[in-house]
Amino acid sequence: MKNLKNSKAKWEENTLKKALERSPERQEAFKTESDIPVKRLYTPLDLEDIDYEADLGFPGEYPYTRGVYPTMYRGRLWTMRNYAGFGTAEDTNKRYRYLLEQGMVGLSMAFDLPTQLGYDSDDPLAEGAVGRVGVAVDSLADMEVVFRDIPLEKVSTSMTINAPATILLAMYIAVGEKQGVPQEKLMGTTQNDILKEFIARGTYIFPPEPSIKLVLDIVEYCAKHVPRWNTLNIAGYHFREAGANAIQEVAFTLADAITYIEKAQERGLDVDYFAPRLSYSLGCYMDFFEEVAKFRAARRLFARIMKERFGAKNPKSYLFRIFTGSCGSTLVTQQPINNIVRVTMHALMGILGGDQAIHTACWDEGYAIPSEDSARLALRTQQILAHECGLCSTIDPLGGSYYVESLTNEIEERASRYLQQIEEMGGMLAAIDNGFVFREIQESSVKFQERVESGERIIVGLNKFATPEQDGVEEQDIFQVHERVETTQKQKLRELKARRNQEQVKVSLRRLKEAIDRGENLMPFIIEAVKSYATIGEICGIMRERWGEFKAPTYI
Amino acid sequence: MENRKIRVLIAKVGLDGHDRGAKIVAHALKSSGMEVVYTGLRQTVEQVVNAAIQEDVDVLGMSFLSGDHMVLVPKVMKALKEKCVEDLMVVVGGIILKKDIPGLLGMGVSKVFLPGTPKAEIVKYIQENAPRR
Repeated sequence: MKNLKNSKAKWEENTLKKALERSPERQEAFKTESDIPVKRLYTPLDLEDIDYEADLGFPGEYPYTRGVYPTMYRGRLWTMRNYAGFGTAEDTNKRYRYLLEQGMVGLSMAFDLPTQLGYDSDDPLAEGAVGRVGVAVDSLADMEVVFRDIPLEKVSTSMTINAPATILLAMYIAVGEKQGVPQEKLMGTTQNDILKEFIARGTYIFPPEPSIKLVLDIVEYCAKHVPRWNTLNIAGYHFREAGANAIQEVAFTLADAITYIEKAQERGLDVDYFAPRLSYSLGCYMDFFEEVAKFRAARRLFARIMKERFGAKNPKSYLFRIFTGSCGSTLVTQQPINNIVRVTMHALMGILGGDQAIHTACWDEGYAIPSEDSARLALRTQQILAHECGLCSTIDPLGGSYYVESLTNEIEERASRYLQQIEEMGGMLAAIDNGFVFREIQESSVKFQERVESGERIIVGLNKFATPEQDGVEEQDIFQVHERVETTQKQKLRELKARRNQEQVKVSLRRLKEAIDRGENLMPFIIEAVKSYATIGEICGIMRERWGEFKAPTYI
Repeated sequence: MENRKIRVLIAKVGLDGHDRGAKIVAHALKSSGMEVVYTGLRQTVEQVVNAAIQEDVDVLGMSFLSGDHMVLVPKVMKALKEKCVEDLMVVVGGIILKKDIPGLLGMGVSKVFLPGTPKAEIVKYIQENAPRR
């Protein structure tokens, strides 16, 4: 190392200096998207502090920096799981079957806003939003149609659902039962991460305490009855979309994880009983190496927390299994075809980051419900990377890169400092309550925007290489599609209410209400209610009545 | 009253939860010296119109990212008219299709800001066009 130090000094003196004198570099200083200073060159000197076995180790072993599984993509490729869902259950069923025919492995279910907020399609508040950003699900009848001819014992389904996650999971269990698939065999994920809804995504309904109770009802119920279900997907992706940088994303995700784990322990659950079924979501922005390093750092930091803080013994509790995907806010509406390249980079970050499931966005989704063609292209992007480019032949190919390892250390260190700060405030709930998390994200968001506007942060087609006319975009008339969906959905709801057994609905809702008041795990009661074809609005209506609704503070 | 600061209400009407843009705009307007109130997420038409009246604002800015603007903006405009709110400039921003712009302007919206609009452009527009009282 001493020799290396000398040779580096010599290179700086003899070679570099002259070059700089002849022509200076493009910028005085370089930094990552999260403001980590980037050196001109990284060498073994930057890795002097790394203890290979303690800090990197081997895939499938603590601290999992190089990957959560021993063979990684040599054994099994990641799950290609593109987010889809729109219109009626029939529209979505058709799209899902198309994607599965095209080779997609797992479904990722997008729900419309009324469903995410527990309103039926005929609720006055739902007007204009039915079937728009996802599929409208009012009752079990809709879920049955969504999964018609899709065998639930073979396909895994990830549901982006939070406040009413218990209800959608109950419907999925009921659909499985009708298909003859017992709940023990169901595979999939409920996002079920309410904390990030309060902070960044906005689809919370109830106050924090009952909201967290619902989260844990799923965690507890599935640990016992749905063993292959990922009960809670703790997501940092949405912090990123709200403006957080990569370091904040890691820190706040882990702070949320710590909160859920502590709350589950307070409920008397053993960490090794439920932690193996927790999974995680982080987004992909545009700084390639920083994102790869972020995934590696998050895995290592999480494993250390599980071991050192929670004393977990089951190795499966240490696994930070990551679902990643394109952050929509990196996509640009100017010259939108360029988004194909951005999305390809997102997939590459996820692959070289060693993630378990990847979502690739559709290039036209900022304008409209993606066409079949653009949805297929998003999937093909992953398939090309998986099969044509030699990316999956060895594990963690960027491991050992002087730069990537340095960044991995730096991100872990900076995220740990945040965690320490949050700890000192009294934990994540306090940091949400006192506005800290909101202010941090807002500050980063404003900073990012200022860099874009000053031209420091280049976005091709927007603040550089702009062209006056947009190319290749046909704006769909989504308004008409929407009107059709809303009318159909209201009609279906009327028919359902006319044909279901009213008495059974009434009884199941009363039993749910009583269970709420007794403070029991609500899953069995919600399953009973959805099987009676009680609607999501009726079930959430009971919860709203018992718990009230939450109004989040605003910070600008 | 010559020097009364321009008062702006930034609002999220409907169920959409995306407010990164709304907050950026609110922050920019505030930094330029205007008095800005942000409603927070998920406001009903009535809530927004009442807030505009109570806060006595000169400008109402609404942000839409989930495609429901052609349903909700007409309702807001109608409610404003019913409550006889005059001298209020309404601007709209977010993910809005170009073909929707003439319709929105026809309803009485003063200006539509599309994705990628620099903050400075929005600030300038409001400074130059907000009704002065």
